Amino acid sequence: MNWKDYFSTSIGKKILVGATGLFLIIFLVVHCYVNAMVFWPDNGKHFTDAAAFMGGNAAIRIVEIGLFAAFFIHIIQSLMLASQNAKRRSEGYAVKAGNKTSKWYSRSMGLLGTLILLFLILHLYHFWGPNRYGQFFDPTWKEDNLYNNMLFTFKELWVVIVYLLGCVSLCWHLMHGVASSMQTFGLATHRYKGMIKSVGMIFAILIPLMFASMPVYMHCLSTCMAH
Amino acid sequence: MEHYNMNLTLKVWKQKNCKEKGKFETFQVSNISSEMSFLEMFDILNEQLVAEGKEPIAFDHDCREGICGMCSMYINGRPHGPWHQTTTCQLHMREYKDGDTIVVEPWRANSFPVIKDLVVDRTAFDRIIAAGGYISVNTGNAQDANCLPIDKQKADESFAAASCIGCGACVAACPNASAMLFVSAKVSHLALLPQGDPERKMRASNMVKQMDIEGFGSCTNIGACEAECPKGISLENIARLNREYIGAMFSGSKEG
Ligand code: HEM
Ligand code: SF4
Ligand code: FES
Repeated sequence: MNWKDYFSTSIGKKILVGATGLFLIIFLVVHCYVNAMVFWPDNGKHFTDAAAFMGGNAAIRIVEIGLFAAFFIHIIQSLMLASQNAKRRSEGYAVKAGNKTSKWYSRSMGLLGTLILLFLILHLYHFWGPNRYGQFFDPTWKEDNLYNNMLFTFKELWVVIVYLLGCVSLCWHLMHGVASSMQTFGLATHRYKGMIKSVGMIFAILIPLMFASMPVYMHCLSTCMAH
Repeated sequence: MEHYNMNLTLKVWKQKNCKEKGKFETFQVSNISSEMSFLEMFDILNEQLVAEGKEPIAFDHDCREGICGMCSMYINGRPHGPWHQTTTCQLHMREYKDGDTIVVEPWRANSFPVIKDLVVDRTAFDRIIAAGGYISVNTGNAQDANCLPIDKQKADESFAAASCIGCGACVAACPNASAMLFVSAKVSHLALLPQGDPERKMRASNMVKQMDIEGFGSCTNIGACEAECPKGISLENIARLNREYIGAMFSGSKEG
């Protein structure tokens, strides 16, 4: 078998989903770290500087291409696997096992991923889109003040709620995803599998919780300022 | 435990052959002893049907002691019924109460077509084994067992993997109808031993390739297979299969 054959089997495709999933996890950590600077009590100076550094840095822009590629491969490959898997049992069972032998979120990765994708489109439209559009097409462009953007965007309660739903979907996706990717790479051996499960769970709760606190915090700040 | 008798309603899948559409039919059985096995209860039902001049229900069975893997029945939403690490022949009627209704379906997976009623065609498993589940040995007399020292822990793990009886409950339980637990058991018990080493690289890739050709789904690490396997085959074997596969992928060997 050549490289193409190796990546075309069911395990090969899963390796692509797992590898891109891990890359996305690293992205989440960096993204969360930079965003957490909004909590610095200096009216967003730290955060704006960090965001400007990320926005103006050529290396980051190049890695960003990789990030988009990873998202693309992850989404296409995983949704294709999910739709193929859904066709393996044309005549279903009359009585279903339900949650007796597996967790619902492990069976719903396609749905949870699609919810994340919908959230992602809205999220890019809010922050990444306008800013990067200016960078490339507007000669008078200056890095947006993302702190003010956040205050403005999260003034709307419905936006905050949609973002919270996005975080919940991410939480469930990662509750299965982190440990699952370790299994895909064969690392969930007798000695490590317990540790992988716990670390995966902690990560899956902690990171979305950090993200969720941001729109809530910004909403409170902006409604405070309005009064 | 106190012995008791019970009357039951059974909803059983009836299907003439792989081409025709099947449907559930309802049967009543009475005076079933709590000491009987699930298959003995089916024997009573079939005797009753024969006495009434009707066609008995076709179901697979052979050893009736949990070692052959034939007794494929999907009982009230669970392969082999609700008991942990048992086959259908080991399930006993003391699980049920008088008046219960039990729904019995065949294994459902496109790779396991129904032959008749509850009997499915599991020869896809044989073809996966033929694709790589073998070793090269010298002909002639068996050599002395002690001339190949084997780590005790590896021997135990290999033995645990080798206890897979090829029943297909893992496929029946998996939402993707994936055969990864079975394939991982068959790869593992050879990969752990020196005897399995010569074909190691080819084995993982060839068996996975055949598994895909047979139309089984891919593993998404849901874990329903491990929960339902009558032999307690562990997901650690799937991790090992993934390692074997990745090893073959990066080894650059021609055959792999
Ligand atoms: C930041 C966003 C995301 C992260 C960090 C992430 C992470 C992961 C990880 C680690 C896995 C496990 C891979 C494995 O088992 O080897 C996974 C699986 C999966 N992801 Fe994502 N994902 C993200 C976004 C998405 C999106 C947008 C979609 C789809 C629209 C998606 C769909 C899926 C599906 C269907 C699976 C299951 C595939 C399988 O188990 O075979 N994910 N994800
Ligand atoms: S792995 Fe378990 S459930 Fe699957 S075929 Fe082997 S014994 Fe049956
Ligand atoms: S009849 Fe052999 S395992 Fe049940």
